[in-house]
Amino acid sequence: MSPAIEITGVTKRYGDLTALDNVGFDVAEGEMFGLIGPDGAGKSTLYRILATLTAPDSGTAAVCGLDTVKDYSRLRTMIGYMPERFSLYQDLTVSENLQFFASLFGVSIKENYDIIAPVFAQLERFPDRKAGALSGGMKQKLALSCALIHRPRILLLDEPTTGVDAVSRSEFWDMLSTLREKGITILVSTSYMDEATRCERIALIDKGKILRVNTPEGLVAGLDENLYNASAYRMFELLTRLRQLPEVDDCYTFGATLHVVGRKGFDQVAVCQKLQSEGLEDVRVYPAQGDIEDLFIKLTR
Amino acid sequence: MTMDKGNAISVRNLTKRFGSFTAVDHISFDVSKGEIFGFLGANGAGKTTAMRMLCGLSVPTSGDGNVAGCDIITQAEAIKHRIGYMSQKFSLYSGLTVEENIRLFSTIYGMTSRQIREASERLFKELGMQDMRRAYVKDIPVGWRQKLAFAVATIHKPEVVFLDEPTGGVDPVTRSKFWELIYKASSEGMTVFVTTHYLDEAEYCNRISIMVDGKISALDSPADLKEKYHAATIDEVFRIVAQNAQRGD
Repeated sequence: MSPAIEITGVTKRYGDLTALDNVGFDVAEGEMFGLIGPDGAGKSTLYRILATLTAPDSGTAAVCGLDTVKDYSRLRTMIGYMPERFSLYQDLTVSENLQFFASLFGVSIKENYDIIAPVFAQLERFPDRKAGALSGGMKQKLALSCALIHRPRILLLDEPTTGVDAVSRSEFWDMLSTLREKGITILVSTSYMDEATRCERIALIDKGKILRVNTPEGLVAGLDENLYNASAYRMFELLTRLRQLPEVDDCYTFGATLHVVGRKGFDQVAVCQKLQSEGLEDVRVYPAQGDIEDLFIKLTR
Repeated sequence: MTMDKGNAISVRNLTKRFGSFTAVDHISFDVSKGEIFGFLGANGAGKTTAMRMLCGLSVPTSGDGNVAGCDIITQAEAIKHRIGYMSQKFSLYSGLTVEENIRLFSTIYGMTSRQIREASERLFKELGMQDMRRAYVKDIPVGWRQKLAFAVATIHKPEVVFLDEPTGGVDPVTRSKFWELIYKASSEGMTVFVTTHYLDEAEYCNRISIMVDGKISALDSPADLKEKYHAATIDEVFRIVAQNAQRGD
């Protein structure tokens, strides 16, 4: 069986800017695949190519075995695309928006209601509210319903959770899991690294290049070997001191602690004693668990 | 309202109603000088309204407060000179150059030409941005833009700086560097009041508060909150505290 999405050597330039630079990866049928990277990494450009809205300068992309350039019109009914910017008509009501997208694709809401039910349930209470008057989380659910109403095989979600609070974000990911269980292939992008673990596989992207493709566990394997936490009340002083030590390869702020990448021969006890003797009495240094963010820092530094 | 000399922010029963809607409902808390304070809450919880009152942009319906030594009701104008404000959505004019942005904001803060000249020189040197003086803000990389936005928001050496979701969508290296700036400012005695949707970022703060439906439902150090709610992460704490929210989503 061919992959649901097959991207090979895709490059896209806008003037001097190379938005995508020889990008390639596959997404399997039924997979929940995450595209993780900061703003400006090239995520949206890749989505536009997969959604047949723009053509790559070189390379090819195929979705459901169909080429995104040659077979674009056949492909459009097979994909559901939710762009990063609000994709709804603000002046239309909840039910008008849904009806509009259903009629575009020539389907009825009734026959396909089962597919949107888990997402749309909370919106049923106010069918006559204008989309523009919905809260951020509700808009996002309506946009997802509209992207799903024609029963697509592939769902392309470009940063669906940006600017949404943690509770709504978590709910949204639960909904995606439900859709995945129905057999829909999902390509979802985010700049929140902590959401990566909700995907089966992820691609890390930065400055138009794919840095790594792997499972979340596979990506962080081996990162812990020389990674330590360091903390003290005077964090800024600690950071400055640690960076001056020859056995420290890198040191950066990481939530409650600093993360320290040790060079060969890094001795946490010795480092701790040295800093204590220099006046940072409350310093603590102990092994850390590396996560996707550590990997990203390591790969882009 | 008078306050303890060790506090940079102090509010009591701060309330804001819009018609029958109580956006902020009797909140009380103190932030000490040099503290990094995280102000969290679900969408629609009332964070923005509360922050607007603290910045002297909105008059409370009842309650009182003091920010950077100024009463938020009777000295609302004076507050604006003593605080800095930065948001991810808007902080710099992208169609102006680096130098023009600095000049514009320092003029707004009422600095004299001489102070502006000195502050600009210091800032260019500290940030290592000498080569970018005449570059348009829209043309400089996001990491530099953030550094510059923070530097501009604090160019007048405010006692308190308000950061409204300062780090959305930026890469981890930039984000980490940004927190380094915050640590530095805090180590120099500046008080930092920050809102964020990245709950892992709450871990950077000395203390955090979580707002739900206009009220402060939790307030403590990240470590103590995790212990209290038997949670491994602040994300979990947030979900426990905010799960019964009626407003927003």
